[in-house]
Amino acid sequence: MSGIFIGMGTCGLATGAGKVKTAVEKWAQAHSMKLPITPTGCIGYCQVEPIMDVVTDGGVRVSYSNVTPEVADFILDETLVCKNYKLDGILGQFRGPKSPLPGVPFLDEHPYFKKQVKYVLRNCGVINPESLSDYKAAGGFQGLEKALGMGQQKTADEVLKSGLRGRGGAGFPTGKKWAMALANPSDKKYLICNADEGDPGAFMDRSILEGDVFSVLEGMMIAGFAIGADEGIVYCRAEYPLAIERLIMGIDMLRKEGILGKKVGKSGFQFDIRIKKGAGAFVCGEETALMASVEGRRGMPRPRPPFPAKSGLFGKPTIINNVETLANVSHIMREGAEKFASIGTATSKGTKVFALTGKVKNTGLVEVPMGMTLREVIFDIGGGIPNGKAYKAVQIGGPSGGCIPTEHLDIQIDYETLKTVGAIMGSGGLVVMDEDTCMVDVAHFFLDFITKESCGKCIPCREGTKRLYEIVESIVSPYSKMASEEENLLRFNKIMNMEELAQVIKDTSLCALGQTAPNPVLSTLRFFKKEYEAHIYDRKCPAHQCKGLLKYEIDTNVCTGCTACARKCPTQAIVGERKKAHYIVDEKCVRCGTCADVCRFGAVKVS
Amino acid sequence: MGNTDQAVLEKKKPLEEVVKKYPASRENLISILQEVQDAYGYLSRESINGIGRYLNLPASKIYGVATFYNQFKLNAPGKIQIQVCRGTACHVKGSFELLETVKRALGIDVGETTKDGAFSLETVACLGGCSIAPVITANGKFFGRLDKKKVEDLIAKWKQGGVEE
Repeated sequence: MSGIFIGMGTCGLATGAGKVKTAVEKWAQAHSMKLPITPTGCIGYCQVEPIMDVVTDGGVRVSYSNVTPEVADFILDETLVCKNYKLDGILGQFRGPKSPLPGVPFLDEHPYFKKQVKYVLRNCGVINPESLSDYKAAGGFQGLEKALGMGQQKTADEVLKSGLRGRGGAGFPTGKKWAMALANPSDKKYLICNADEGDPGAFMDRSILEGDVFSVLEGMMIAGFAIGADEGIVYCRAEYPLAIERLIMGIDMLRKEGILGKKVGKSGFQFDIRIKKGAGAFVCGEETALMASVEGRRGMPRPRPPFPAKSGLFGKPTIINNVETLANVSHIMREGAEKFASIGTATSKGTKVFALTGKVKNTGLVEVPMGMTLREVIFDIGGGIPNGKAYKAVQIGGPSGGCIPTEHLDIQIDYETLKTVGAIMGSGGLVVMDEDTCMVDVAHFFLDFITKESCGKCIPCREGTKRLYEIVESIVSPYSKMASEEENLLRFNKIMNMEELAQVIKDTSLCALGQTAPNPVLSTLRFFKKEYEAHIYDRKCPAHQCKGLLKYEIDTNVCTGCTACARKCPTQAIVGERKKAHYIVDEKCVRCGTCADVCRFGAVKVS
Repeated sequence: MGNTDQAVLEKKKPLEEVVKKYPASRENLISILQEVQDAYGYLSRESINGIGRYLNLPASKIYGVATFYNQFKLNAPGKIQIQVCRGTACHVKGSFELLETVKRALGIDVGETTKDGAFSLETVACLGGCSIAPVITANGKFFGRLDKKKVEDLIAKWKQGGVEE
């Protein structure tokens, strides 16, 4: 029987998946056809959302991209009425038990998906995330069953054997962490799922929670069983309303099924999960800060040891695992450690999900085996840089990570190799930058972020990042802003000490936030020293991004005096008579670029 | 503060009802603050004192927590709350320009509310919509793949008649 699947994650909904659904419903009504619509999570190819899949009469599922309500009507007419499947925007057909449609390409052969290995994202965008039976049909809860049969120690051993390392950033072996908590006897233990995806530029946790919430909940149960906890807490960002909705629904369903809150099987294992909404603090991604937040206090980290596995939430042994880690656990337990360990490199096993964003043709979530090169991810899967621009760098690991320039594009993606070039795996944000991105501006942006997000507990991070920010701020400030020549000299003095200050912050901060805070500066300094020099000595921004250093001028030979710019200028900084060349008063100009946008003659020059 | 406290009193659900959802324990402070903000739109002085009485905590401690987290607002927001994402992906795709445009179009700075109470503006670290960057939300509804022109049009539309179509 035919049916429709629509990707209705946050990205799908934002691009109009809701309207597509209405259009499909209307179409079905008009054709008096029973057409069940299944909302799914995101399949990862966000660039071409909304995505709609049509299941043919023969039971083959075909995926179409960039679907608008009008296109949806057309696709339904063609596929369900005319049996014509090769349409514009086709992504491909799913592989399944039914005989494939002749002449229609397969989805997994699409350039975007071809090099990907779907391990943890296998269900995202494929199954209905709100259906427990769909999840069970995909093998759900077999992992938990196996774990219960194996016992606690063996479960931890199995995960250790798989080589799974924490996907939240630091890459600590998950099985080892569990074994530590298991070895600490206590009347009460906690298992926390860290879904406070604070790294700007990463959204795989949101996507997994939206698209395959049960795999995370199952992973939590397995982890809880392995360490001997009876209570799980999901600490989820409040900025992810749809993910929270799915969590609430998933937990409710599992309670009704008797999987949560009651003894499961003969093992006597009983587990329950509750949700804590985060309130928006980047530092709460740090384990001890996260626990402080769960306890209802300011999310400030504390020194370790004692490690949470010994004394964590409310002083009890606590294990904190990331969403992607826990989702992996469910699949590892079901399919065995060997299958997982067969993917990846010697020290980094399995796959990693990356959020590919920024100046790249195909944005979205990509899951690749560890050890793939960055070039493959950005150019083969991501399709390279749009608009014929040149690649400059990719920022990996968010505010704690670093940027990787062209000369290192061929390095393998794994925990160790990334460290050798001053970056980290982090949670897997990949923000691609092209020639129009200014690296000093990027460092400035991250420092601005860090100074706002520093919790203020330790001095190197609180004061040091602020001073570092001031130095970078002075680098992107024009000479005209300097109050005196002395200030100008001081600027040079500060710049000379910049690297040392960064090193001190790195060495002396209390938690990982502070210790990694200078990374964006150090890594841009390392690879893009020339750009810094242009800003420092010439007071020029080669990429035309640092507002303070830009100068807008009107080419009087080209200007026709149409007054379009003068009328649009928000600060009335443009003067001139009608039909005569106009001028920009530099002191009044706020460098918004409106004049350059509205000028039809290209008379506004930026330098 | 007189006016804002009045606004709390006018709302139908009294504070006692709202906080009751969670047991009176320190552990639930953040959840209670979220619940109160959901009900009233922000945390007024009156609400904070009320939560203090309920949890038996000094108001200073509650302010300490409320000001630590980005989510909590201490002033009444506008009818349409605009959030501009300032995540890395959005930044690279020009969200700074977008923010400046929104500021100009509304005539307010980040953290402020327009005089008529129609709009308020804030920035957020990341909305997780990086693949459709740059992103803004209005009353929680996502708008992606924006540019200056599109944002100006959106705001002009909202000024006419709300976010819902």
